[in-house]
Amino acid sequence: MALDLIRDKTGERRVVRTRLAIAALLVFILFAGLTGRIAYLQVAQYEHYSARSQDNRVRLAPVTPTRGLIFDRNGQILAENRPAFRLTIVPEQVDDMTALLDRLERVISLTEDEREAFNRARRQARGFQEIPLKLRLSDEEVAQLTVDRHRFPGVEVRPDLARHYPFGEIGAHVIGYVGRISQAELRERDPRQYRGTSLIGKTGIERQYEHLLRGEMGLEHIETNALGRPLNVLDREPPTPGADLQLTLDIELQRIAEAALGDYRGAIVAMDPRDGAVLALASRPGFDPNQLVAGLDRAAFDALSQDPKQPLFNRALRGRYPPGSVVKPFLALAGVASGHITPDERIFCNGTYELPNVERVWRDWKPEGHGHVDFIDSVAESCDIYFYELAYRMGIDAMHDWMSRFGFGAPAGIDLPGERAGVMPSREWKRAQLGEPWYHGETINTGIGQGFTLATPLQMAVSTAMLANRGRPVRPHLLAVPGAESPPADLPIMNLDDESLWQLTTESMIEVVHGQRGTARAIGEGLDYQIAGKTGTAQVIGIGQDEEYDEETLDERFHDHALFSAFAPAEDPRIALAVVVENGGSGSQTAAPMARIVIDAWMEQLHERGELAFLKR
Amino acid sequence: MNAVNWPSSSVNAAARKATGGLLQRGLHLDGVLLALLTILGGVGMIVLYSAFGGRVEPLQSHLTRVGIGVAAMIVAAQFSPTRLERLSPWVYGGVLLLLIAVLVAGQIGGGARRWLDLGFFEFQPSELMKLALPMMVAWLMARTTLPIGFGFAALALAVIAVPAALIGLQPDLGTAVLVGAAGAGVLFLAGVRWRIISAGVLLACAAAPLLWVFGMQDYQRERVLTFLDPGRDPLGAGYNIIQSQIAIGSGGLFGKGWLEGTQAHLNFIPEQHTDFVFAVLAEEFGLFGVIMLFALYLAIIGRGLWIAHHAQDNFSRLLAGGITLTFFVYAFVNLGMVSGLLPVVGLPLPLISYGGSSVVTLLAGFGILMSIHTHRRMWSS
Repeated sequence: MALDLIRDKTGERRVVRTRLAIAALLVFILFAGLTGRIAYLQVAQYEHYSARSQDNRVRLAPVTPTRGLIFDRNGQILAENRPAFRLTIVPEQVDDMTALLDRLERVISLTEDEREAFNRARRQARGFQEIPLKLRLSDEEVAQLTVDRHRFPGVEVRPDLARHYPFGEIGAHVIGYVGRISQAELRERDPRQYRGTSLIGKTGIERQYEHLLRGEMGLEHIETNALGRPLNVLDREPPTPGADLQLTLDIELQRIAEAALGDYRGAIVAMDPRDGAVLALASRPGFDPNQLVAGLDRAAFDALSQDPKQPLFNRALRGRYPPGSVVKPFLALAGVASGHITPDERIFCNGTYELPNVERVWRDWKPEGHGHVDFIDSVAESCDIYFYELAYRMGIDAMHDWMSRFGFGAPAGIDLPGERAGVMPSREWKRAQLGEPWYHGETINTGIGQGFTLATPLQMAVSTAMLANRGRPVRPHLLAVPGAESPPADLPIMNLDDESLWQLTTESMIEVVHGQRGTARAIGEGLDYQIAGKTGTAQVIGIGQDEEYDEETLDERFHDHALFSAFAPAEDPRIALAVVVENGGSGSQTAAPMARIVIDAWMEQLHERGELAFLKR
Repeated sequence: MNAVNWPSSSVNAAARKATGGLLQRGLHLDGVLLALLTILGGVGMIVLYSAFGGRVEPLQSHLTRVGIGVAAMIVAAQFSPTRLERLSPWVYGGVLLLLIAVLVAGQIGGGARRWLDLGFFEFQPSELMKLALPMMVAWLMARTTLPIGFGFAALALAVIAVPAALIGLQPDLGTAVLVGAAGAGVLFLAGVRWRIISAGVLLACAAAPLLWVFGMQDYQRERVLTFLDPGRDPLGAGYNIIQSQIAIGSGGLFGKGWLEGTQAHLNFIPEQHTDFVFAVLAEEFGLFGVIMLFALYLAIIGRGLWIAHHAQDNFSRLLAGGITLTFFVYAFVNLGMVSGLLPVVGLPLPLISYGGSSVVTLLAGFGILMSIHTHRRMWSS
């Protein structure tokens, strides 16, 4: 006790007591301030808040804007909104939710996902809100529910607009589809814009231009009774509808391209080389977006997404294939421009190629060889030996440099989500990816677009357009903005010391289709305009150097990919395209005829519009 | 040095007569505080009954929690300040370990790690820190001479910052603020120099932008932005603030009457039985009811400060003052938030709001206050 008293000195006690007094004063002042605030709200602002509280029988409800339409270049509707019905529930008016859902399930089909989404929305909603349970009701379901209405208190069938894609499968990869918004998608966007809707663009244009198509949410002031039940709408801040979008796509050409691919797996990308406007971007097999909008159950969606043919996969911008001989015109041009070969130099091809001090033998696709070939012959006949030698002379560094300037190894920058970059290998690339040094043999393979080289159909089409434009690159795009300039390309314009090289390259590609020994001469018959093209046949598996490639004995999945790239008319190009057919066999037999179908259709259309007066028809 | 008179029988008798022998000497409870708390609890039940739309069942579970709280209060009152002082470092250390355990193994509740599951019972260690921290800081301050110097102030700041940061990481900003305030309150009472206080305030202002960028979750930033402009998102975060202000303002001088609040009964007030319960009271009882409530709070805080004033050693004084100030901050932050003066932090209105382990800690805290008051030695000074 004595110790306590010694420690409890008067001075110390005074310190704390002073502070206690200050604290008491502070508490008093702050409470006085609080009282002031409350008095302000309850006395000075009483009229205002009293009126608002009266008005508070008025509830704010979000009004969903109409989603913008999507048109093709000719004004054909690709995505529209159709009247539909959806089923909503006001949880406060339901006594036993589980029992109600079970009873409903006897009348309408409910997936596990729909139940989950409903329960999630229910937890987040405030009182007396209608929570959507099923977004699309079939006509039978609507009829049934109307008849049985009295059995389902709290359940409402609401008119709604549902997204519809009139062309179904055609162009589905480009247009995309809308679906129920997921929690993850909601987190990365502004949730305020999604209060009144449960849909969001999932893929394609619908996703890329979600912000334009969506519009701005409106508000509805709804009067409610004392229990909170809506009585009528007092006021409406109308929503701003989403913007209608016009695409550069020509849905008719798209249909023709998809039909040309038929049952093959593959892609065709066609564009206007002058400005990069994408005319068709086909990927097969496809899917019906209308099914996805209606909401597939999990099993059906899994079946679709895990189908080994990958119908949901957009091969045109996500599929990466060895470009094979399609790279040859680019490399031939690069070889001359970089001084490693002249246009007239003839290289002898006897069907095999060897490197000093390397055991391996590289073979031409034609076992007996092509004899003496120059620049034009090498492209027209697709002589491998010529390009083995050219690759050996240039080396991987120069090849990487020149091919990169044509856009190989980089994404083309289209306005669609999910585009992948191809691979244009280099020493650095191999070291970073595989941790290995570069070998000479790999340079030789790169010379015919094999080895590590990979490209998407889109990127091949864009690079071909750059050849058609004689060095001017374009950025591929799907959104057509009338009166606006096309978006700028990432690549710089390629200026050559000798501009006649462009003409030479074009001529070599014309020879592919129109020459006596051109690899695609079969499609050159009966043409009243000229196509400049290049075939490609890309190995899927390595064939041993002494083995023969025998289509008969190989499993279909190991058949070669067939490729063709082209532009036409050769002297005034209006279309540039790339065709890739997975396991299609050979470029000349499978891919080139598809290209001709698409090019023919486009020329026909240009002719009808009088844009190609020189065509004889 | 004061003259010490051992308590004479007459002084003793007078003291017994004044404070009620059994309550004070037997149970170590303070009659005045007990009466005020009972009235406040009663007011709480009346408001909650309305907030629950006239349903009785939730009130029963609320009463159960209050019962546990009263038991905790009585138990706490039996610990003499001397024992509490001895226990302080151990309690503090133990709760600190629990906080770390929560971060490592806590139950995810509402997106934050706050709960510790003990198998039979889940609880929030951060609640215990509201008492353990002022105890620890008071213990520390009792080991030096007051007013404290710079060294002890720095040490105390560290003792405060660690648990506050751990709670902030859960993340539970509301409790972190309260725990920090509890420690800072004791520090303030210990006479920390004004120079250090102003430096601390300046530092806090400077740290605010950093906290904004690095220390806050998106939803917390959203709350602050919404506080500054409730019209930002009238159907989302701003809704709570707008609706609770409408409820308060429309109450007027005398309110709409018990069970008559339209805002409350049409479900316009969010969380009307927990964080926003004050809006229900203000709507139904008006400014008159609000002033009565404030008077009650002021009386309780006043009694707490009075107990601190009359405590007989530094530890008791500081602890009593610290607990009282924590209670004040608790009430003030909630009232400020509901009336739109402060951003929304999830804190209930003490002893009115429904449920939560907060009732138990709050009443245990008042138990400590009562212990300090009833364990005084009788002498005249």
